[in-house]
Amino acid sequence: MTAIDPTAHLTAEQIEELGRELDAIRDEVIAGRGEKDAAYIRKVISVQRKLELVSRGVLLFSIFPPAWLLGTAGLSVAKIMDNMEIGHNVLHGQWDWMRDPKIHSTTWEWDHASPSEQWKHSHNELHHTYTNVIGKDNDLGYGIMRVDEDQRWHPFHLGQPLWNFINACFFEYGIAAYDLELAKNLHKRRRKNPEFRARAKAVGRKIRKQVLKDYVIHPLLSGPSFLTTLAATFTANLVRNIWTHSVIMCGHFPEGVQVFERRSIKGETRGQWYLRQMMGSANISGSKAMHFMTGNLSHQIEHHLFPDLPSNRYAEVAVKVRALFEKYELEYVTGPLPKQVFSAWHKVFRLSLPNKKPKVKTPDREQELVAA
Amino acid sequence: MTSTALRSRAWKLLEMVTTPLLPSDYLDLVSPLRAGADLRGRIEAVHPETGDAATVVIRPGRGWRGHTAGQYVRIGVDVDGVRLWRAYSLTSPTNRQDGRVTITVKAIPDGKVSNHLVRRAKPGTLIQLDQATGDFVLPQAKPAKVLYLTAGSGITPVMGMLRDIEFDDVVMVHCAPQPQDVIFRNELHDLVADEKLRLTEVHTDTDGKLDIARLDELVPDWAERETWACGPAGLLDAAEEHWSEHGVQERLHTERFRPSIAVAGDGNGGEVTFSATGKTVDADGATPLLDVGEEAGVLMPSGCRMGICFGCITPLKAGAVRDLRTGEITEAEPGVLIQTCVSAAAGPCDIER
Repeated sequence: MTAIDPTAHLTAEQIEELGRELDAIRDEVIAGRGEKDAAYIRKVISVQRKLELVSRGVLLFSIFPPAWLLGTAGLSVAKIMDNMEIGHNVLHGQWDWMRDPKIHSTTWEWDHASPSEQWKHSHNELHHTYTNVIGKDNDLGYGIMRVDEDQRWHPFHLGQPLWNFINACFFEYGIAAYDLELAKNLHKRRRKNPEFRARAKAVGRKIRKQVLKDYVIHPLLSGPSFLTTLAATFTANLVRNIWTHSVIMCGHFPEGVQVFERRSIKGETRGQWYLRQMMGSANISGSKAMHFMTGNLSHQIEHHLFPDLPSNRYAEVAVKVRALFEKYELEYVTGPLPKQVFSAWHKVFRLSLPNKKPKVKTPDREQELVAA
Repeated sequence: MTSTALRSRAWKLLEMVTTPLLPSDYLDLVSPLRAGADLRGRIEAVHPETGDAATVVIRPGRGWRGHTAGQYVRIGVDVDGVRLWRAYSLTSPTNRQDGRVTITVKAIPDGKVSNHLVRRAKPGTLIQLDQATGDFVLPQAKPAKVLYLTAGSGITPVMGMLRDIEFDDVVMVHCAPQPQDVIFRNELHDLVADEKLRLTEVHTDTDGKLDIARLDELVPDWAERETWACGPAGLLDAAEEHWSEHGVQERLHTERFRPSIAVAGDGNGGEVTFSATGKTVDADGATPLLDVGEEAGVLMPSGCRMGICFGCITPLKAGAVRDLRTGEITEAEPGVLIQTCVSAAAGPCDIER
């Protein structure tokens, strides 16, 4: 958090105008959605399935090192595609407009420990609505870390570089626990809540199926390659977890990203909501392949402005959004992956220690609007 | 262990391998028309019939159970990337040797699916299919004398019948704006030349709309004939009245292509909740709930969009809806299903989607 509010130079009227301009960008994409977009997602899904199938096939012979390497690499990429460009985006409803029941947010299930239904609630409803609002958006450090000066320090945070590393390695389980709000719900009184128990059961079922597939059935089918296939699926899951964790850290934790106080979003207008998304997210720059492998979450700013636009459109939207940042003299936080990952990790280390409270707060927009 | 038990075990194992997907998700990549798959078809050819009508040749998937002449099929076509469902009459004979079926589609103004099929559909495209259905069919016992009374694309189910079964005495009265608008004209004239059909074409651009009373002059023995009529509501309403007046309504079989929409009384809408999806939107009392749901991004099943095929039926969990054709109000009760394509909100309601 910088000591000066980087949006202080905008009047309430300007913020609403900015909102209208962003609405226009959104409307244009929606009007142009069509056959090409549908063909794109179907192609990606088809490639992902074939890649996973072939990789698992190759791994049946994983006792031979070249087969192990090839199969593990392929399976890692397939799992990343499943979670990022396909799963995350389908579950956002980005492809619901196609009305294809096989590619729809209400029917999709992904290769992940958290059942899609629970993830949709914590991610789509909570994180995307309350982005970077302290005390409301649990994505701000996932409840185990302090990622902003304004979050209260606790001795527990001394260990946060280690917590973050462990979370990276087992990210899918971290997310599942997080979607369950496990820490909160494990208190004696809440543990017996039937709604929590039902959700915990669903997670248990999902994890059991996932583990059975990756660590029992697939290795067993590999016969003499049992152990090497076990190692391969474990590695692929590890690669997927660390990769997705890194990409997601880059979305909201790097230096330059703003956080907000609970009272600052009271009576928030559409324009102010947009502005919070703009200031609360960070992009990753890079090649087309890089954008693809992040599920276009490298366009995190655009994704947070328009969570339900098809991911293949974020690149073209980014050009227009960036022009708006310039027009309104706002900082577009972006950088190459290594730089952003370093920046996020640096913050995790730095904020494991207490700091002085920053003095200046974000202005109360509600009052400003009444005045205007 | 029996072979079915063995197969079901093997399938369970396969499901454990493919989770969270299903084995069929992978099989669909290579063999979308296989037995056991969701029913689909592949467009193999599109033959123009008239300036605005075409016949689409479809190779149905292995699960296709065949049809009876006169029936229709619901098909799901991706138009501009959006899956849209419509119902079309089957025009191929039931015993076609190559196992293909055909539908014949007339492009209607602003019709998204019909225009797509007539003008832009390409061979090789996969479409979604439902089993053939409809009770506009011929009886088991051959009637001695038959009359087909059709107009416009209303000829399509009747063509399916004409191609399927020959009768000794068949008369057809068909209405179209101009001679070149008559779908299947050459084939009909061939049947006439072979003395298998007596045909009267009414060209409405020059002759005006068919006055049903003229049947006495065109087909003097019409009242003795088992009659199948298909066309616009005006023609069918007139026919039903005419046959009733002469006390022979049991000889008349009709198929409606468009619903007759009654203007419902105090058409106040309400807040519509799609509880399974968790969406709530305001709807007026004139917009079909199907459109309301689709606009809101809810996955709504749909079919003919005119209240005949029941492809869109959905449980009504709470509240009330109004039938746009009759103005009749349906209230929620356990087990109440509504046709979303012809129902609008009549106050707040909850649709289980």
